[in-house]
Amino acid sequence: MKKQLISLLVENQPGALMRVAGVLTSRGYNIESLTVAKTLDPTLSSMTIVVDDVSDDNRELLIKQITRLVNVIKAVDLTDSKSVQRELALIKVSSVRPELRSALTKEAEIFRARIVDVAPTHYTLEVTGSPDKIEALIDLLHHYGDVEMIRSGSMAMARMPKNQLPTPMFRMDADEASIETAVDSQG
Amino acid sequence: MALMTGAQILIEALAREGAEVIFGYPGGVTLPIYDVLYDHPLRHILVRHEENAAFMAQGFARTTGKVGVCMATSGPGATNLTTGLVDALMDSIPIVAITGQVPQALIGRDAFQEADTFGITRAATKHNYLVKDIDELAQVIHEAFHIAISGRPGPVLVDITKDVLTGKGRFTPVSELRPLRGYELQLDPEATAIEEAAAFVWEGERPLIYAGGGVIAADASDEVVELSEILGCPLVHTVMGHGMMRPDHPNYVSMLGMHGGYAANMAITECDTIIGVGVRFDDRVTGRLDRFAPHARVLHIDVDPAEINKNRRADVGVVGDAKRVLKKLNAKLRETASERADENAKARTAWHKQVFGWKREHPFDYEPSLDEIKPQYLMQRLDHFMGGESIMAVDVGQHQMWAAQWVRFNKPRLWQSSSGLGSMGFGLPAAMGAAVANPDKTVVALCGDGGFMMAQPELATIAANNLPVKVVIMNNGTLGMVRQWQELFYKERYSQVQMSDGFPDIPMLAAAFGLKGTTVRNPADLDDKLREAFEEPGPFVLNIHVTPKECVYPMVPAGGALSDMILGPQKPVMAGD
Ligand SMILES: Cc1cc2nc3c(=O)[nH]c(=O)nc-3n(C[C@H](O)[C@H](O)[C@H](O)COP(=O)(O)OP(=O)(O)OC[C@H]3O[C@@H](n4cnc5c(N)ncnc54)[C@H](O)[C@@H]3O)c2cc1C
Ligand SMILES: Cc1ncc(C[n+]2csc(CCOP(=O)(O)OP(=O)(O)O)c2C)c(N)n1
Repeated sequence: MKKQLISLLVENQPGALMRVAGVLTSRGYNIESLTVAKTLDPTLSSMTIVVDDVSDDNRELLIKQITRLVNVIKAVDLTDSKSVQRELALIKVSSVRPELRSALTKEAEIFRARIVDVAPTHYTLEVTGSPDKIEALIDLLHHYGDVEMIRSGSMAMARMPKNQLPTPMFRMDADEASIETAVDSQG
Repeated sequence: MALMTGAQILIEALAREGAEVIFGYPGGVTLPIYDVLYDHPLRHILVRHEENAAFMAQGFARTTGKVGVCMATSGPGATNLTTGLVDALMDSIPIVAITGQVPQALIGRDAFQEADTFGITRAATKHNYLVKDIDELAQVIHEAFHIAISGRPGPVLVDITKDVLTGKGRFTPVSELRPLRGYELQLDPEATAIEEAAAFVWEGERPLIYAGGGVIAADASDEVVELSEILGCPLVHTVMGHGMMRPDHPNYVSMLGMHGGYAANMAITECDTIIGVGVRFDDRVTGRLDRFAPHARVLHIDVDPAEINKNRRADVGVVGDAKRVLKKLNAKLRETASERADENAKARTAWHKQVFGWKREHPFDYEPSLDEIKPQYLMQRLDHFMGGESIMAVDVGQHQMWAAQWVRFNKPRLWQSSSGLGSMGFGLPAAMGAAVANPDKTVVALCGDGGFMMAQPELATIAANNLPVKVVIMNNGTLGMVRQWQELFYKERYSQVQMSDGFPDIPMLAAAFGLKGTTVRNPADLDDKLREAFEEPGPFVLNIHVTPKECVYPMVPAGGALSDMILGPQKPVMAGD
């Protein structure tokens, strides 16, 4: 059993979310996170869903049963494929003691978190990154004060296979590793 | 074109889709629709409970292959429909349900008779709509019919707010679909898949066709028979597959599964190649899945990609409409026959002999009686009077399984059974829908005494419309199928299965509805009474008392493998392999 990461393209219509969520919940699955937003084509939405505990046997079936929904254009299982996975978190650290302030801003820098609100005793940070990175930052921030946070849930996008990379953006001779670094360094 | 009300647009759109009859029940928010129907040629049958409207629409659809239509008001009307919708979803039956909804301005305010029909029926339909814009209505109706009947058929519900029904708009007949980008049909198989399937099929030494509801849905019976003839291959079918092959065909084995025939279950256990067509490897068919068809490699043909590999992994999966796939596969097999047919011909002939040897050794069987009407004897006599050409809708329970074993159907779309959901109360209304759709055919509703009581208010609809349904109640005094399980698996502790207490006097009940009815207890009277019912041009209700304590055999105990089937009361367990 492990988490399943599903990326979906759906028609932007009333009920589309209900139908997708229904396939999951009626089978007793817990949705860990779910993000939805319009795509470049405003009649379509993209969704990323992380589902708790799906057995290997059921993953293919789940994707097919979601694809079967009339409003779903495409459903892809990204669990084992190469993908970029990002999440946004807003983290408020309050009751920060004055002597810890500069250390806190240092930590934020290391994680490339932006400080978006400051008051004498609290800081609000905005950070994007992989879910792991966000967890790590939150763990750390507990040392600085009381933590409150809100997370967007994961968004995921399949990485394009090398032979499909559009030339203007990447050099065709760039190897997988250098693309990986390039991508990771953006997070 | 002049402005029309939403209700008028709805009825025009339904008529244009070819709807011949609506099975429905009116209410507050659907009043505008009923006002249109008041003097519209589109036929409406007033049912006595909305659940039965959905079952009647199914009876219409199952026997014609066309979309059946039912209608209900908001709130309780819509919730009453849901069993019939789920039933249609489970058995892949194309129906369109129209429901009224409270006016948009009141939605979400706990208005009188407001229910979240759209939400409630999400899991009960293939697709559903909430129409809040009159300009969408005609398009949605067109789409609903398309979705209901295409690909894997199923129920579609259209919920329409009252302000749309009373509002005015222009009716532009729709003949083009707007693009349904998420609804991709894979009807034609890929050429490589056919090559692969043909090669696979020739490799089999002990091939078996396992075919079901998808063959009926695709009208692919002829193609299945042809396939079996090309290969000289035995055929077993599911409860949903009756009538695809004449039972007197030399390749016809029987139904398989929990109450399937010995030969059918042995054949699937021993075969090396399964050709599965329009079947979904249901647990009532496979028994214990890890011991199902242990020697077989599987070719699975289904129009729904989600069925391939669902319960049993397919060695070759072909997604496509059964008729189109089989036409191509048969052609490919004929084309390659000269090279491949001889390869395993000897083994295939020996296998055919073995399967039909099993069939001769252990046909469906029972202990006859002169004093009591045995349920199986009743089925044999019904079979005799129906002659393979009449329509029969069964309810759910023992009588359903006995009918599936004993009554023969020479053509598809004669037999109707609520198979996937197993909804008691289905048989009578389904037969009524069939009678409306097939005025030229004899239609039998076979019910248990339990299921009959669930549906009996519809005798009023039968009387009001003079629907010539032969209602046959197999009366064993109990909820027989449940009683059977209590006998076999719950130490004969018969808990809450008595139906005879309070069961009505059927001739009197029938008479109260203005119908003819009779009760039969003696085997010697059975034929005369059946003849009387079948010769009567109108409806007839027969209450037939059968042996109360008979069990359906063969039976695969729940959780057992097919080869663990119990053949009869005395003989305990058959060793399979
Ligand atoms: C009391 C009781 C006992 C039962 N015992 C048995 C038993 O002993 N044996 C038995 O067989 N059943 C039994 N059943 C019924 C069982 O529960 C299932 O409903 C049945 O086996 C399913 O039949 P099927 O596999 O043909 O699938 P269906 O439910 O008929 O499904 C049709 C399949 O065909 C596909 N399909 C649809 N249209 C097309 C097309 N155009 N082209 C290709 N494919 C298509 C669909 O995608 C689906 O996979 C019993 C039911 C009850 C209530
Ligand atoms: C609506 C509904 N409720 C309960 C059941 C469970 N059930 C399955 S068979 C059966 C007994 C049916 O009894 P009867 O109608 O008398 O038919 P018989 O088995 O005696 O032929 C019951 C209660 C069901 N299938 N459907």
